[in-house]
Amino acid sequence: MSEGRFGIHGGQYIPETLMNAVIELEDAYNYYRKDPEFCRELERLYQNYAGRPSLLYYAEKMTKDLGGAKIYLKREDLNHTGSHKINNVLGQMLLAKKMGKTRVIAETGAGQHGVATATAAALMGMECEIFMGKEDTDRQALNVFRMELLGAKVHAVTGGTQTLKDAVNETLKEWTARVEDTHYVLGSVMGPHPFPTIVRDFQSIIGKEVKQQIMELEGKLPDVLLACVGGGSNAMGLFYEFIHDREVRLIGCEAAGHGVDTDKNAATITNGSVGIFHGMKSYFCQDEYGQIAPVYSVSAGLDYPGIGPEHAYLHDMGRASYVAVTDQEAIAAFEYLSKMEGIIPAIESSHAVAYAKKIAPAMGKDKIMVINLSGRGDKDVAAIARFKGVEIHE
Amino acid sequence: MSRIKEVFTKGKAFITFITAGDPSLDITGQLIIEMAKSGADLIEIGIPFSDPVAEGSVIQQADERALKGGTTTDKIFKMVEEVRKQCEIPLAFMTYINPVFTYGGERFLKNCKNCGIDALIVPDLPFEEKGELEPYCNKYGIDLISFIAPTSHERIRMIAREAKGFVYCVSSMGVTGVRNKITANARDMIRLVKAEQDIPCAIGFGIATPEQAGEIALYCDGIIVGSAIVKMVGEYGADCVRPIGEYVTKMKKAICSY
Repeated sequence: MSEGRFGIHGGQYIPETLMNAVIELEDAYNYYRKDPEFCRELERLYQNYAGRPSLLYYAEKMTKDLGGAKIYLKREDLNHTGSHKINNVLGQMLLAKKMGKTRVIAETGAGQHGVATATAAALMGMECEIFMGKEDTDRQALNVFRMELLGAKVHAVTGGTQTLKDAVNETLKEWTARVEDTHYVLGSVMGPHPFPTIVRDFQSIIGKEVKQQIMELEGKLPDVLLACVGGGSNAMGLFYEFIHDREVRLIGCEAAGHGVDTDKNAATITNGSVGIFHGMKSYFCQDEYGQIAPVYSVSAGLDYPGIGPEHAYLHDMGRASYVAVTDQEAIAAFEYLSKMEGIIPAIESSHAVAYAKKIAPAMGKDKIMVINLSGRGDKDVAAIARFKGVEIHE
Repeated sequence: MSRIKEVFTKGKAFITFITAGDPSLDITGQLIIEMAKSGADLIEIGIPFSDPVAEGSVIQQADERALKGGTTTDKIFKMVEEVRKQCEIPLAFMTYINPVFTYGGERFLKNCKNCGIDALIVPDLPFEEKGELEPYCNKYGIDLISFIAPTSHERIRMIAREAKGFVYCVSSMGVTGVRNKITANARDMIRLVKAEQDIPCAIGFGIATPEQAGEIALYCDGIIVGSAIVKMVGEYGADCVRPIGEYVTKMKKAICSY
C-alpha cells in the first residue's frame, strides 16, 4: 500500500501519468522542509508579506451576548489576500520555485485560494492559471477580476456541476497534460499524497500561533476549537497542533445547505460514505454506485462532495467531531458577527461562528472557545445581498 | 494463457472502447456484437462515472449522457450477460476506482467473472494502489491492466514486471481524445516493457485515423481507439451501429496491412 495513509484514508489514486510528479513533489518537500534556508525564507514571507502572526482576538461583546464560554477569534481574515489560503500557497509556491517549476495551476471554489495563488505567482514571477466552476465565476465575479488583475488566467469550468469538484477535475486534467514545468498548487488538505500532508503542515502555523497566544493570554489551553470544513484546510491548520491535547475538543462545521435531510447540502461526514475520489480514500457524498453526488452550499468554498483524509481519520478515531450548519444559520451568523464585533466573516467561516452561537451559551464562563475566522466576508457581500433579495448597483 | 493474451497471438490487435449506456444499453449491446463482427479483437466497455478525470470532453460527455439515461453498474452487468450469449469476443471493463470500490471490490469482480468479463482497466489505480483490487482480480481470473505513460520513465520496469494481460501504453500526455499527432516516444517505452516481460503492449490515447493506426501498429501489438468511436456514437445516436461497424472494418484493415 502507498504512503500517506491516515488510518484507511488517503493514498495516491491518480493516473500513472502523474505518479512521478507526486513522487518528485514528496522528495522535494521532504528535503526542503528540513532545509533551514527554505524555512527562513518562508518565515520571512509569512511575516513580511502575509502579515503573520495573525491576531487572536477576544470577542468580548459576542462573549457577553452569548453569556457562556469566552470566545476568541483567530483572525486569518487579516492575512494578505484575506484568508488562511495564503499560508499554504506561499509554502507551495516557494517549494515549486525550488523544484524549478515555472508555471502553477490551481482550482478555486470561492476564489480565495485562486486569489492567493495568483498573488503569490505575481510575487514570485510564475505563470499562473486558475480553474473555477462556471457557477462560482458567476457568484464570485469580483474574485475572477481580482485574479486577472494579478496576472492570472482564469478558466471557467463548464463540465459537471460547474463548482469546486469540477474545478479540481479540470486542474488535474491540465496537470496531466503538462506536468514537467507545472506545479499544481492544491488548495486544501485533500487530493493524493503528499498534498494532504504538505497543506496541513503549511497551515499548521494557525494552531501553533493559537497555542502560543492563548497560553500568553489565558495561561491554559482552550476547551473547544471550531472551524468550518469543506476540504478542511483551515480546520486542519487549527486542529493539528492540538491533536495530542486530548482535553481540547475539535469541532469541524460542514455545510448543510438547505438541510442535511434535503438533497441540497454538502455535509460529507454527516451524509457521506467511504469512497475513492480526487486521488484519496475518504468520505464522499455519493450514490450506491459510487457516482459523486452534486452537492450544494451557499458558500462556494464549502461546496465540495468530499473531505480531507486526515479529517476522515480524526472522525473515525472519534478525536474530532463534525457537525452540519445550514445556509440560514450561516447567513444569520454572518450578519451577527458583522453587527456584534464589526467583523464581516467569510460565509465559509460563518458556519463555524453559527455553531459557536449554538454551543457557547451552554458552556461555563470559565471555558475558552477559539473560532477560526478563516477569511473575510467582503467577497460575499454581493451574494448575501442577492440571497436576501437586496439589489445592489455598483 | 489468459483470453486477453490470446487476443494478441493472431497478429496486431484492434481494441475499441465504448461507454455503456450511450445512447442506451440496448445500442451498447448491438455495438459490441457489430464491432466484433467487423474485426475488433477486444472491446473495452466503459462504466460511466460522474467525474472521469482521465477523459477528455468526448468521453466525459458520453458518461454524462449514459448516467442521465439511468445507466447503472447492475444494468451493465445484465447487458453483458445477454451479449455473452451471442458473442465470444474478449471483453474488458474500463472504469474509475470509486464505482468499483463502492460496489464492493469482491462483489464487482465476482460479477465480472459471472457475466464473462476478461479484464479490468482502472486509470486512477496506479501500481502503488493496485492492492485495492488485485486480490479479487486474481481470485476470479480477471486481468487487471497496467498503464505506462510518457512520464513513467524508471517506473516502467517495475510496472511491466507485474503486468497482466497486456500493457496499456498512454501515447501522449493529458486526457483521452482525438489528436493530430502522437508525440510520445512509445517505441522506447515498449522496448523497456519487453525487456522486463514478454507481454503484449497496446497503444492508446489520441488515435483516430487508419493512417495513424497503421503507422503506430508497426511497433506495438495493439491499437486502442476510444474517443473517435464515442464521438460517432454522439453524432449518430441510435443510428451509430452501422457507421461504427464500417469504421472498425477500415481501422482493422489498416492495422493489419502494414
